[in-house]
Amino acid sequence: MQKFEILGNKPTRHGFAKGLVQLGERNDNVVVLGADVSGSVKTSDFQKAYPYKFFSIGIAEQNATTIAAGMALSGKIAVFSTYSAFAAFRNTDMLRVSVCYNNANVKIGGGHSGITVGPDGATHQSLEEVSLLRALPNMTVVVPCDYEEARKAIILVGEKYGPAYVRFGRSAIPLFTRANTPLEYGKAQVFRDGNDVALVANGLMVWKALEAAEKLYTDHGINARVINNAFVKPMDEETITKAAQECGCIVTAEEHQVTGGLSGAVAEVICKNFPVPIEYVGMRDTFGGSGEPEELLEHYNLNWQSIYASALTAIKRKKEGFIGVRKITEIPEY
Amino acid sequence: MEFMEFKVEFDDVVFENIRRNPQDYSPIALKIRQDIIKSLYLAKSGHSGGPLGIADLMSVLYFGGFMKYDPNNWQMKQRDRFVLSAGHMAPILYSILARAGFFPTEELSTLRKLGSRLQGHPGYDENLPGIETSSGSLGQGISIAVGMAMSDKYLDKNNQAVYCITGDGELQEGIVWEAAMAAANHKVDNLCWIVDNNDCQIDGRVKDIMSIYPIKEKFQSFNFDVIEIDGHNFQEIVSAFDKFNVNKNDKIGKPTCVIAKTYMGKGVSFMNDQYGWHGIPPNLDQALQALNELV
Repeated sequence: MQKFEILGNKPTRHGFAKGLVQLGERNDNVVVLGADVSGSVKTSDFQKAYPYKFFSIGIAEQNATTIAAGMALSGKIAVFSTYSAFAAFRNTDMLRVSVCYNNANVKIGGGHSGITVGPDGATHQSLEEVSLLRALPNMTVVVPCDYEEARKAIILVGEKYGPAYVRFGRSAIPLFTRANTPLEYGKAQVFRDGNDVALVANGLMVWKALEAAEKLYTDHGINARVINNAFVKPMDEETITKAAQECGCIVTAEEHQVTGGLSGAVAEVICKNFPVPIEYVGMRDTFGGSGEPEELLEHYNLNWQSIYASALTAIKRKKEGFIGVRKITEIPEY
Repeated sequence: MEFMEFKVEFDDVVFENIRRNPQDYSPIALKIRQDIIKSLYLAKSGHSGGPLGIADLMSVLYFGGFMKYDPNNWQMKQRDRFVLSAGHMAPILYSILARAGFFPTEELSTLRKLGSRLQGHPGYDENLPGIETSSGSLGQGISIAVGMAMSDKYLDKNNQAVYCITGDGELQEGIVWEAAMAAANHKVDNLCWIVDNNDCQIDGRVKDIMSIYPIKEKFQSFNFDVIEIDGHNFQEIVSAFDKFNVNKNDKIGKPTCVIAKTYMGKGVSFMNDQYGWHGIPPNLDQALQALNELV
């Protein structure tokens, strides 16, 4: 198993941008639409490389989404990227009808996602779009964990027909995967072996899960399995079910609401196949606010300490068996 | 006996896509209107008024030699495309496509039924030949058409046309004006945007519900070449599409907008200009009366 270490700090948007240019090199049919923030979400790199395949649509995300669908229906691989607050919510009807119902080959790049967009505050902190988009038929939803995985993700979904959403962020976060770290369509990857608890994470929470796993081992001798669940849709039922069977309890961790996102997707799988105690780390049904990314991650408990504490709770519940089943009155505040 | 048997049948007449004299469109439009009434009667739900109102326009568009298409190879690269942005008018699209030979006319009897390719609103994934996109959430079709036109003009660099019909009530959707802005900004002179101006929407007159007037000046100010016509005058319809083709071939750098003044329910006396007929089908008596008039 690959041993992960921090190789640097880089924003996932830079990885997305690099992957997009590489996708353009590999496929003539790639076109990119911009909605005024192409410099921020870095699609400007593609524009520089392929000026004739980049179209500016202005501050009109609904229109950009449907124009992308029209181009996709004309045989193009149409990529539209803007802040995820506007790439998933402003245009939801367009994604539903024109993109997903058409099964149009449109790729949405959701940039500046999550709490780590920072000082811009709650309006720009999309923390719900994974729940929303994974309910749409035909849609693929992928949440890369670092720069390198974001680069791979857009190439991977770009070369597979159908609507897809790639989530990435503004701030520099640990880069720890390498070119040879596997990323397969619809597959979760085990990043650390262990059988005491499974930590299922995506996005920037994957590195924090690895941190939590090390601390759990150092402090308690607990062997935590860390699973990078980049593909929230389609879900890798096999890997998650196996983790439930072999570890007996699960913690999910995401930079997103705990209602319906990765937590919901994992819970759906294990409730159906192999119910075990599960704890959720994520935003707890609240909007964010202004602050520096690192401050916000601490403030909203999106940190390794939360994963660590949740793992201990999950393991305790597992050991208690039926006693570990929560009584309604004991449900902690989520 | 009150029970009356009424067996609905669709003959297998198909029409050629050729240049015609204006008066020669009448029998085609009549056949299309009959199909609309029959299929909606069988479906027991759906939109009657709008489709009847654009039967004349659609007959010229598909059977007047304007659009390049091949029913036997409908996805050929070198085709012109049509997008029915006002997706609720699907019954006329199905009739037109069947009468053009895209699929058997008898399939018109399956409208809105379980398992049918003829969905209540066009569904692209149903693989019905001739359907270029799903539509039904108003305003999106025209934006898709703009995307198609941009793709044809700038990426495939062919001279193919994209035709699109929006309703007039549909112009109340914000995305419509985003699409207008983009069409003009990107100079898609291969786009022909037809506004079905019957001044009717579900709740009443468009001018009363939320006025979108003046339409002509709005599109002119967006930098469209605007042509106003009587949507039931075949000569005017032919001239409008001719003008669009000149615009396209001359690459005037502007999209074309054809504002067609029409009557909802045209051709059936008790439906004519009645907004109450926007979203309902004829019952047996009404269907029989309508078909008696459509001769």
